[in-house]
Amino acid sequence: MTKPLLEMQGLRKQYGTVEVLKGVDCTMRQGEVISIIGSSGSGKTTMLRCINMLEEFQGGRILIDGEAIGYDEIAGVRRRKSEKEIARQRALTGMAFQQFNLFPHLSAAQNVMLGLIKVKKMSRDEARVVAEQWLGRVGLSARADHYPGQLSGGQQQRVAIARAIAMNPRLMLFDEVTSALDPELVGEVLQVIKGLAAEGMSMLLVTHEMRFAYEVSSRVIFMNQGVIVEQGDPKEMFLRPGTERLAEFLKSSSFQ
Amino acid sequence: MGYTLNFAAVWRSFDLLLGGLLLSLELAAVALVIGAAIGLVVAFALAGGPAFLRRPAQLYVTVIRNLPILVLILFTYFALPQLGIRLDKNPSFVLTLAIYAGAYLAEVFRAGLLSVPRGVKEAGLAIGLTPMQIRTSLVVPLMIRNVLPSLSSTLISLFKDTSLAAAIAVPELTFEARKINVETFRVIEVWTVTSALYVVTCAVLAALMRLIERRLAIPK
Amino acid sequence: MNDLMLFLNEVWIARLALLRGLGVTVSISLLAILAGSLLGVGVGLGLVYGNRLLRLVFRGYTDIIRGTPVLVLVLASYYIFSTVGLDLGPFQAGVLALAVFCSSHVGEILRGALQAIPIGQTEAAKAIGLTFGQTFGSVLWPQALRQILPTWVNTAAEMVKASTLLSVIGVAELLLRTQEIISRNFLSLQFYFLAGFLYFLINYGIERLGKYVERKTAVPS
Repeated sequence: MTKPLLEMQGLRKQYGTVEVLKGVDCTMRQGEVISIIGSSGSGKTTMLRCINMLEEFQGGRILIDGEAIGYDEIAGVRRRKSEKEIARQRALTGMAFQQFNLFPHLSAAQNVMLGLIKVKKMSRDEARVVAEQWLGRVGLSARADHYPGQLSGGQQQRVAIARAIAMNPRLMLFDEVTSALDPELVGEVLQVIKGLAAEGMSMLLVTHEMRFAYEVSSRVIFMNQGVIVEQGDPKEMFLRPGTERLAEFLKSSSFQ
Repeated sequence: MGYTLNFAAVWRSFDLLLGGLLLSLELAAVALVIGAAIGLVVAFALAGGPAFLRRPAQLYVTVIRNLPILVLILFTYFALPQLGIRLDKNPSFVLTLAIYAGAYLAEVFRAGLLSVPRGVKEAGLAIGLTPMQIRTSLVVPLMIRNVLPSLSSTLISLFKDTSLAAAIAVPELTFEARKINVETFRVIEVWTVTSALYVVTCAVLAALMRLIERRLAIPK
Repeated sequence: MNDLMLFLNEVWIARLALLRGLGVTVSISLLAILAGSLLGVGVGLGLVYGNRLLRLVFRGYTDIIRGTPVLVLVLASYYIFSTVGLDLGPFQAGVLALAVFCSSHVGEILRGALQAIPIGQTEAAKAIGLTFGQTFGSVLWPQALRQILPTWVNTAAEMVKASTLLSVIGVAELLLRTQEIISRNFLSLQFYFLAGFLYFLINYGIERLGKYVERKTAVPS
């Protein structure tokens, strides 16, 4: 048994008095592709964002390669790490967003290069080479010097994925990356993700694409009301849901 | 009546007017640079700074925006020496204009900062940029593009406000014009020419700013 | 403590001068905003509904006025009128300059507001058989007015600030009175501060009024 890549232990998160994560425990090994499913408000996106410290969390721990993310605990006192340290830890994970969130004033290549230059301290030329290589991998070599406003949604999302992957993260987080796309553009993005999965990239995906989750994941996690209700092999779970809730959810999400 | 136009006297002193105009532009430029620096810091405090910074920032903006600039100019030049702060005419004026402009620019920049989408900042965080890197590489470049039109009108207002330096005898355009007026009595001519110089310069500044706007525009 | 007593004593001595100055400041501002707004409505209508020539003339007028510093307008008005033999005193010449300045602002604000009204409004009014006059009076003007009222209130604050420029041509408004008082007692710090405080009070009041008007005029939605 290899050391886990990601561990979540009793993860708790609240907005004011509303508890959105009520103690999530989860372990993920290197190379796993895990899809997180569940209805909206189940806490799945929030959980993903906690891993990248885009959300503060109030209880529990998140470890990547055994390293505690976001907070230090010294003699029982929990303290947020310095911004610099958190920035370094964020670079361990890559993230793709529902709304792409490309930097609108930078070309596709510059979007990919920014992190390489500022965080990885590459020279401009080195960064350009890496950027072009990754844009090629997502099928956008010809669009390297286009600006986000000049690209379709699917192309923007592929640039965003290239931007995250180019940082060479330990783990990729995908937050409903196809939800904002026109139906005919969904396929090209899923194709890119499938390619990454086939190469052994560790991935955590929040998704509404049940067919895709079924095909690509090594494990599926079903969340409801801030806790993990059920997890396991997608073939098992989708065909023989172990809980009433999952069965209902699958029925409502039109997975046949 | 019996007034006949005669521009000869004004043309003879035209280099004085041009010299005044150049000084006006210089005063406005320096005030803009200092004012923009003040405005940027204050804007960051206004848009999401901690309360102990936000309150004084808000106070600064409210007080300055509700004061006539002439009162500020006279205060800095004539009253501050009573506290031992003695400045020459030009630095005294530029400093006042910069502090004045800072309050207006802070409002302009604040609106610009709020217009930068949260997702862009989050994407910056996600690739491991520090908050400071996000400010310099993402937020400020996007904000500047958003505020260029308001920045343009602030620059033009600043340029026009340099006329008030005449009140403390800074030899800028209005001061020179008034001097020529008193010396030559070519009243209509001198004010027509002076006004024309201001109008044309404002138009040129506006055109320049539009050019910059077009150069910085994000391709769509 | 002694300094404060001295200052308060000087304020007491100068109270009438200060009050008169304040009165003049308020009169200048009120006259300028009223005359300027009347003129400005004409300018705004000319900019939107005038024929090509009229639009050109008004465009030139607003561009020239807005491209010229108010102080230059004040000085030009003061010197030029006395030269051509129209004997306006400094007060009239100054108020006239401010009114002209105000009119170019109001004209632009009104133009912007009228042009922001969707063309569909005019078409809808035509469709129910309103004449242009009726359309303007009961459809366009009320909408434009709502839009410009808050900005217009802020223009009033601009006028109060600009009224200080009349001190340069010798109108005894608050700032000139303050300077006269200082030349007698040399308390420049205290009296400039006092003047600043009074201007702040007036303008802050107008600013609050503007916010109030903005809330009141908002169309319920």
